[in-house]
Amino acid sequence: MRSVRQTARDVQSGETSALSVLEESLAQIRARNDELNVFLYVDEDGARAAASAVDERIARGEDVGALAGVPVALKDNLCQTNIPTTCSSKILEGWRPPYNATVVDRLLLAGAVPVGKTNLDEFAMGSSTENSAFGPTRNPLDTTRVPGGSSGGSAASVAADMTPLALGSDTGGSIRQPAALCGLIGVKPTYGLVSRYGLIAFASSLDQIGPLTKTVTDAAMALEAIAGHDPLDSTSLPEPSPSLVTHVEDGVAGKRIGVVRELIDGADEEVVAAVERAVAALKDAGATIVELSVPEFRLGLSAYYLIAPAEASSNLARFDGVRYGLRVDAGDVTAMMEATRTAGFGEEVKRRIMLGTYALSAGYYDAYYGQALKVRTLTIEAFGRAYQEADLLIGATTPSVAFEFGSKTADPMAMYLSDVFTIPSNLSGEPAISVPFGTGEAGLPIGVQLLGPGRSEAQLFAGARVLEIADGRP
Amino acid sequence: MTLPDGWEMVVGLEVHTELKTNTKMFCGCANAFGAAPNTNVCPICLGLPGSLPVLNVRAVELAMAIGTALHSTISPSTFHRKNYFYPDMPKDFQISQYDLPINAGGHLDLPDGSRVSIERAHLEEDTGKSTHLGGSGRIHGADRSLVDYNRSGVPLVEIVSGPDIRSSAQARTYAAELRGILIATGASDGRMEEGSMRIDANVSVRRSGEPFGTRCEIKNLNSLRSLVRAIDFEAARQVELLEGGGTVRQETRHWDENDGSTSTMRVKEEADDYRYFREPDLVDLVPDQAWQDRVRDGLQPMPAERRATLSQRLDSPTQSVLDALEVVIDLGIDEFVIAALDAGVDADLAFARAANEIAGDLDNVANLSIGSYVATLKMEQSAELSATQAKAVLVEILANGGEPVSIAKGKGYERLASGALGDVVAQLIEENPDEWTRYREGDEKLAQFFIGQVMKLTKGQANGKDVIAELQSRR
Repeated sequence: MRSVRQTARDVQSGETSALSVLEESLAQIRARNDELNVFLYVDEDGARAAASAVDERIARGEDVGALAGVPVALKDNLCQTNIPTTCSSKILEGWRPPYNATVVDRLLLAGAVPVGKTNLDEFAMGSSTENSAFGPTRNPLDTTRVPGGSSGGSAASVAADMTPLALGSDTGGSIRQPAALCGLIGVKPTYGLVSRYGLIAFASSLDQIGPLTKTVTDAAMALEAIAGHDPLDSTSLPEPSPSLVTHVEDGVAGKRIGVVRELIDGADEEVVAAVERAVAALKDAGATIVELSVPEFRLGLSAYYLIAPAEASSNLARFDGVRYGLRVDAGDVTAMMEATRTAGFGEEVKRRIMLGTYALSAGYYDAYYGQALKVRTLTIEAFGRAYQEADLLIGATTPSVAFEFGSKTADPMAMYLSDVFTIPSNLSGEPAISVPFGTGEAGLPIGVQLLGPGRSEAQLFAGARVLEIADGRP
Repeated sequence: MTLPDGWEMVVGLEVHTELKTNTKMFCGCANAFGAAPNTNVCPICLGLPGSLPVLNVRAVELAMAIGTALHSTISPSTFHRKNYFYPDMPKDFQISQYDLPINAGGHLDLPDGSRVSIERAHLEEDTGKSTHLGGSGRIHGADRSLVDYNRSGVPLVEIVSGPDIRSSAQARTYAAELRGILIATGASDGRMEEGSMRIDANVSVRRSGEPFGTRCEIKNLNSLRSLVRAIDFEAARQVELLEGGGTVRQETRHWDENDGSTSTMRVKEEADDYRYFREPDLVDLVPDQAWQDRVRDGLQPMPAERRATLSQRLDSPTQSVLDALEVVIDLGIDEFVIAALDAGVDADLAFARAANEIAGDLDNVANLSIGSYVATLKMEQSAELSATQAKAVLVEILANGGEPVSIAKGKGYERLASGALGDVVAQLIEENPDEWTRYREGDEKLAQFFIGQVMKLTKGQANGKDVIAELQSRR
């Protein structure tokens, strides 16, 4: 399938039409969705209407935007007007949002064509997409393995050539980890760079929307289109969308790259080896390599599993059966709420709501949530010190390549450890990108992670591009 | 009401006032009372998944105005989530302020010279409104409940007083003075009957000189009268309980207007743990000095200052003038009275028409210019209009606007020609000989009958007092 850049070029030039690009995309979805369980909903009619509108505007000679005719898959926690939006939960049964998420409006403005909604771990809580109420998604590269999560459906859509672009959300690694496991570029932008309006919140202070693509340039194009200030999100950064595509080929000559021990230790040998090769490639491209240790990163996982559930316990309170979604009737309103939430939420969501409720409770707040906030502050400060010694940091995205179904579902801690390298960036609100670099066991892709200070996306893309070339994808 | 000798009540009030903004606190929906249910709603104030709040700057300004008027310190503040499940709260949490309120500290001086401290005046959002059908009308035992989310997300300021109030009368004065301040700042219309100002009262009792007793909180008092009655009832209940050897249990109590009693809503031990934490969807609120100065400079004179100004104009006022003075100050309509006094209208008249006719239709006060008010009263004072006619002219202007001379003309109000009243009275005596006889024999009630008939025949042009004088002269 064509890349994002190639699709937009070909559609803009009239080489092909948005509608025929879309039909290829829909054909691929029809061919593989039953097997992979990528899409929970495919909006064929809406997508055709959007594609036709792009073609008509091109016929009239209008500027259709940077993503002209690019089919895009949306993680099913992003609201799109009148399209079923489930968060892969039974509790949102039958709900259709009356509005578009800001990112959906911006995609449409850029000429992209949303084709449907992709599977995820329920409410984005998970690292394998096994926590979906609608069944797991399979990794297109090896269908006995998970695609990662929680944006597993979005990653699988791109990996299976169903769409060249998908949007995911990343609260603790939910874009970067599935990108790594599916051999894709995955970007967690600076907190506030992309509006969260219309993203159904998991943990509001950590959530960011970002793209999953096959190439660095494609990711830069997509992020440029969706980023920039949004008055509907109070935490949105005030600046307009940055220029990213023009910096993709900037290289890393003269940059200081910090190799962070805590972002590598504990990873499988083949992953460690891949990071080492990536470091060598960056050095070859003119970067200076600095060895760093940031011990605070070891505390990130514990802090994250208090902060994220605490916010989630509050964010998910509204699913009470009163206004929308599932309602299980019972004796009185309190019993109805209990019955609805008992029936509507899956096991992992319930676990995190309980964990978060406990962490915020009177008498426990200081010991748990309060302590986690202190660790968060320490993490931010530690990043600040690291960025005095290095322009970008490098480490692994995940400890291992894609794992087999069921291998971690019995042990939540083992599953949580999948996010150990990705969580620090969410705690600090700083950007990070996962780039495929080499392969490991069974030929499965390995992801290398580049991290940067706030608003350093352009440098991250430039660094990622160096690795992309070194990995044989010029 | 007074408590038995040796007992003292200790009262603190929490006053919730809806802010008079055009739009809600976190979205663009109209902030309006009385619309059809669930018409002023959007994804944000319905708390739909994915929606996010954006703070209404006008609400912040009004909160700062209240704080400034209450001598509070305006501080950098944060928003917190107060988490609890309730069907009229769409997110199942309320966005409020917790440890860092926008207004901290302060005080309110009452007309009687006492001072009540203010602990805080913080911003928060209102909930929707539930109507419970069947049962007692409360949520427990209801057959079904309907929820109107028009009020959901309306901006509120909660003003918390210190435990400084020592009588129900003082509580009433505090609430009335605070209402006057809220109106003067433009923050609120102060309408308790519409729920735009609601009061929770914390009441405890103690024997004089002892430490504070255990308090009970009485929720949702919707009028000054209820406030006084509820506090008196509750204090007496607690005294009776303690004198009988019992103890007061800390609890939240419900005021029943019909019974005139309070009853347990929930006991403190069962109280919710609200799991407050910083609202991650909003940023810190840090009003800079320039903004604070603009708010301060924009404030109109407060009731205390206006009361002093107006009092200075009065020379040995009657009780009815003093009562009316409190009304016009509280409602912020004293400028009408001042203009009338400036124009030489008698104080009794200048106050009475404001405290009755204007206060009676406060919604429409914008229809009545100060000039029209003064002109109408001048016409009444010079007997161009009778009292009845002058009142009717004011009522008409308030309802529909217009200008007094042409309204009087349009209604056919003309001065009764001299001698005309005598002719009318003579005619009525002739037509109603029985009534006249009974009146002559001392049945004074019949005077009203003749006044009514005269008003009918003269279309209200006559003056009641003149009619009685005319009847007396013929008795």
